[in-house]
Amino acid sequence: MKKTINNRAWFLIAPVVIVVLFSALLPVMTVVNYSVQDAMAENHFFWNGDTWFRDLLDPSTEIGARFSGALERNLIFSFVILLIEVPLGIALSLALPRRGWAVGPSLVLIALPMLIPWNVVGTMWQIFARADIGLFGAALNGLGLNYNDTQDPVSAWFTILVIDVWHWTPLVILLSYAGLRAIPDAFYQAARIDAASRWAVFLKIELPKLQRVLVLAILLRFMQSFMIYTEPFVVTGGGPGNATTFLSIDLVKIALGQVDLGSAAAMSLVYYLITISLCWIFFTAMSQLDMLKEA
Amino acid sequence: MTRGVLPKLGLVLYLVCLFLPIYWLINMSLRTNEDIMSGLVIWPRHPTLIKYFFIFHDPTWVHAFLVSLTYVAINTVISVTVALPAAYAFSRYHFIGDKHLFFWLLTNLMAPTAVFALPFFNLYYAVGLFDTVWAVALAHCLFNVPLAVWILEGFMGGVPREIDETAAIDGYSFWRFFVRIFLPLIANGVGVTAFFCFMFSWVEQLLATTLTATKALPFAAVMSRSYSASGMDWSLLAAAGVLTMIPGALVIWFVRNHIAKGFALGRV
Amino acid sequence: MARIDLVDLAHSYGGNAADPSSYALKPVTMTWRQGGAYALLGPSGCGKTTLLNLISGIVTPSRGKILFDGVDITPLSTQKRNIAQVFQFPVIYDTMTVGQNLAFPLKNRGVPKGEIDVRVAQIAKLLDLTPDLDRKATRLTADAKQKISLGRGLVRSDVAAVLFDEPLTVIDPELKWQLRSKLKALHRELDLTMIYVTHDQTEALTFADTVVVMHDGRVVQSGTPAELFDKPAHTFVGYFIGSPGMNIVPAKVRGREAQVDGHVIALNRSYDKLPAGARIEIGVRPEFVDVAAPAPGLISANIERIDDLGRVRFARLRVGDVKFAARVPPGFSVPGDVAGLIFDPSRVHVYADSLLIEGTK
Repeated sequence: MKKTINNRAWFLIAPVVIVVLFSALLPVMTVVNYSVQDAMAENHFFWNGDTWFRDLLDPSTEIGARFSGALERNLIFSFVILLIEVPLGIALSLALPRRGWAVGPSLVLIALPMLIPWNVVGTMWQIFARADIGLFGAALNGLGLNYNDTQDPVSAWFTILVIDVWHWTPLVILLSYAGLRAIPDAFYQAARIDAASRWAVFLKIELPKLQRVLVLAILLRFMQSFMIYTEPFVVTGGGPGNATTFLSIDLVKIALGQVDLGSAAAMSLVYYLITISLCWIFFTAMSQLDMLKEA
Repeated sequence: MTRGVLPKLGLVLYLVCLFLPIYWLINMSLRTNEDIMSGLVIWPRHPTLIKYFFIFHDPTWVHAFLVSLTYVAINTVISVTVALPAAYAFSRYHFIGDKHLFFWLLTNLMAPTAVFALPFFNLYYAVGLFDTVWAVALAHCLFNVPLAVWILEGFMGGVPREIDETAAIDGYSFWRFFVRIFLPLIANGVGVTAFFCFMFSWVEQLLATTLTATKALPFAAVMSRSYSASGMDWSLLAAAGVLTMIPGALVIWFVRNHIAKGFALGRV
Repeated sequence: MARIDLVDLAHSYGGNAADPSSYALKPVTMTWRQGGAYALLGPSGCGKTTLLNLISGIVTPSRGKILFDGVDITPLSTQKRNIAQVFQFPVIYDTMTVGQNLAFPLKNRGVPKGEIDVRVAQIAKLLDLTPDLDRKATRLTADAKQKISLGRGLVRSDVAAVLFDEPLTVIDPELKWQLRSKLKALHRELDLTMIYVTHDQTEALTFADTVVVMHDGRVVQSGTPAELFDKPAHTFVGYFIGSPGMNIVPAKVRGREAQVDGHVIALNRSYDKLPAGARIEIGVRPEFVDVAAPAPGLISANIERIDDLGRVRFARLRVGDVKFAARVPPGFSVPGDVAGLIFDPSRVHVYADSLLIEGTK
């Protein structure tokens, strides 16, 4: 679609910019400020330059090791949940009924996990995963597995992954389902006339038409999983040891637990920049793809 | 177009797995703590609504529930209202810095809330909004407004430009066209966007808890308090947890048709 | 390539076969001969797309059978029916090039690569798509995309029939004309049975050698354009085909005479056994009624306006309460507000409850 050049469009954008700037600008500046200073005494700061950053990015320092550890865990976590949730969500959206009485109830049930406040999700799974009073924990132990999400790192990881898949696959399902419903019937009819196999229909019609909703789903899932905080905080507290200490959890430990504001601020900036860069790469790749198509 | 039993079977299995943790929460909310600790039961033996009555009769819980609903509603209205014209601009025009601005908006979705909790506290304290529903409603705009712009832009991309041009030729002023012709065309998109705003504002707790103290304490924060205060009152927590699902369930019931109608965020 | 027979075929979308009033397609029995160019003509909602989708197997009929060369294929799926169909709006596969789009139906059927290349090149040439063969199909205009859809319909040489569902809706008028002539040429060249659905009579009459007119879920007449013009079997055909449409006027008919508004019109045939209680009308095309100066014995009509179509002029009149159109003979100047009408008796048809009645000599 061709767009016209019109700089007055800025007037339409202005309200958004004002609302978002109000919430975004000062906090970011505060964080930048902390990241280059050190506190001597109460409310007495002096310039500390890039010391925090150098420590942070050097894995031989204590803070550097912590950071690279948490970063690695977080990247693996985000990668694994995307690998599970996206294909699973697409597959389930294909299996969902397209018409009939079952559509409404299925959609409501599927969306339910997303609509529960995050600490409630945490609490819920904290109970559910317990071996004594939780069905999940009890069932796994009943199967003869040595499952304990607060003592055993493998159990803890497994639990956090299961929670995330339970919590967020619905987002992929709903977006993908909506994308599928937008494909006109004529495409399916033409595919039948052309004797396309089910697999070809998926690859040549459905997947290309789902592109934009899937970009939204993947980016949202990546951002949120990369910032995951509440669920592991409530369920495992980042442990055992620091097996499930993801970036946000570590950050809060440093900032509020150890009141090491300089390190925490430097860490959050680097963390933020990593998120932005990864999303930017993905975003650019996707818009390049769009441009190629529309050129 | 999917045929066969296998996909349906998979779907049913998934739905069962999905519902199990929720069922477990409901199950526990209907039992007393002694009953819960005494062992695992699939069906509550002596179901009781006592914890629900307790919550309904405690003004702290009721007030907190209303507070949560209020800031979510304010946030949804603000987010959708400011995002509509912006999304239109992004979908229809090229202007200086459009791509960078769009990406800058998206970066706000990526800001780890844990990072900003403390500076947010300072900011809202300074402007005197601390411990009001407005603080939470505005803070949630940080990620809901960009998300709303993004989703709405996708919907608007699916509306042919010819419609704008025809309206202009027919002598509609921009705003009259926007409200009378354009909005009804993307009503589906507004519904879906409002749903997402509602959802992310309702479930976010870190900022909501940080920016409030007593007067505007959200429901879920009251929950966290209650478990540090009186040991683990599992039954009460479960009952409160079940209650937090109800507004979400109602909202999704209202937008289910928008989702079932389908959207591709752009032209198909 | 095949002869297609429809035997008592009917369809109801609600699936309630017991209630004939719910039928989107009322029971029809007819034959489409091999190699014919058919047009399925009728206003929107008359059931023409339903009929098309029944033949291609996209819709399964509530009752009746479809035979290809005498073999019942009703239970077969679309894939197995060997039918090609082109839809109203372009359907293209986004990720493929134009060439791959054209080759897709052949590839899926396991046609050898060499054969595919030859066929694709041939079709691309016929549709002027050769320069675009290696381009991504999404980058083309709506016109070109629809040409790809047409191409995918025509690329298979062994199909029983090619079905077109208003395929030129999205095409510019100029190109529409070209593509229609092209389709006609392709029909001659490829010797395919083609069924073309449209609501546009010009499109139908120029494309087809047999036009099937549908109205309200029913096939009301099937014939050559000339037959439809000269002898409409149903008042709807008379009214829908021709511009202006046929004059349909309530009348009392007895023997070789029709009475309209107290005037007598002579008929060429005798109508003695008209169904009792039926609504009787006479129908006559404007081309066969001449406007003349008022005279005793002629039906008199009030002139409302004269339409000058260049080649021919038509007077819009009123006979009593009924609107009427008639030809103004060349060189005749209209005398005033009132004119007399001269009928060609051999062209006046009698209809009972909208259906043509054959009189006796």
